Amino acid sequence: MGEKQLVTEPEIRETPAPDGRPRAAVVRDALGVGVAVGLSGFAFGVTAAGAGISTLQACVLSLLVFTGASQFALVGALAAGGNPFTAAAGAFFLGTRNAFYGLRLSQLLRLPRALRPLAAHWVIDETTAVALAQPDRRSARLGFTVTGLTLYVLWNVTTLLGALGAEAIGDTKAWGLDAAGPAVFLALLAPMLKTATERAVAALALVLGLGFLPVLPAGVPVLIAALAAPVVLWMKGRRS
Amino acid sequence: MNVWIAIGLTVVGCYAVKYAGLLVPAGALERPLVRRLAALLPVALLAALTAQQTFSTGSALVVDARAAGLAAAGLALLLRAPFLVVVAAAVVVTAGVRALGG
Repeated sequence: MGEKQLVTEPEIRETPAPDGRPRAAVVRDALGVGVAVGLSGFAFGVTAAGAGISTLQACVLSLLVFTGASQFALVGALAAGGNPFTAAAGAFFLGTRNAFYGLRLSQLLRLPRALRPLAAHWVIDETTAVALAQPDRRSARLGFTVTGLTLYVLWNVTTLLGALGAEAIGDTKAWGLDAAGPAVFLALLAPMLKTATERAVAALALVLGLGFLPVLPAGVPVLIAALAAPVVLWMKGRRS
Repeated sequence: MNVWIAIGLTVVGCYAVKYAGLLVPAGALERPLVRRLAALLPVALLAALTAQQTFSTGSALVVDARAAGLAAAGLALLLRAPFLVVVAAAVVVTAGVRALGG
């Protein structure tokens, strides 16, 4: 999930487009994103199994966390022997971007209060990207719902299949499946590296993450690496 | 048990931030500095996680077949391959290098 950061500076149109967008076109876009990304739940199921997470636990994560990067981060940290609190903290910080998506979506979708607790669960990279790409509120609501539903169903089914498949396969490392997690992170990261600032943050985080790895308990180095973001912003502020 | 604690905390934390975004009045999180930080935080975390999960085993830094797999994923990204192809490239190349004794 979350491979494309399409939502940088979206413009929310308050008035509907003159003719509206055909529902079929919105549904087609939404299904395309939902199916492509939903299938990658398979990679999560396999990675979770390889990390020693039970099939039930992998499924609970996909059902109740439902934000891919956080899920991968959590199982990765647990596999590395991290304690539950630092592991959950890393997953939590990765999930904070969803709050900013929600902020945009609440203005765009104007959901009834009663629906918000349910809709919140689907506030992720892809549903936001599809909803923000629509020209009017009706299309945005449709895009959000179809993407959310498709992705949620597929992500959970493929998580189960991946976890079961990995158990059947046996040694996931022989199949190179331990490379799936980092590849997912790289695919999420690549579209974010738009300017020198993002690249500086990534480079500093990489050095901090690897540098502290041998000397600090598992899960802590990644939290220290998160400091690269404020440090680079602060240095940029001082220079200008 | 530890795994369930971590799962419980992650479930609550990740849902809370999603819901908070829908509830918070517009403007509260719209300060430029907060938005810049929120955009850069995932960059830092993903870079660190990519590096750690490629170049470490436990608390030791290592270079093994995963490095080749990640390079393949990077190449696929440069070629604008779809998400699943990127992940598949990493998996196949890592498996291939291991099979060759790497």
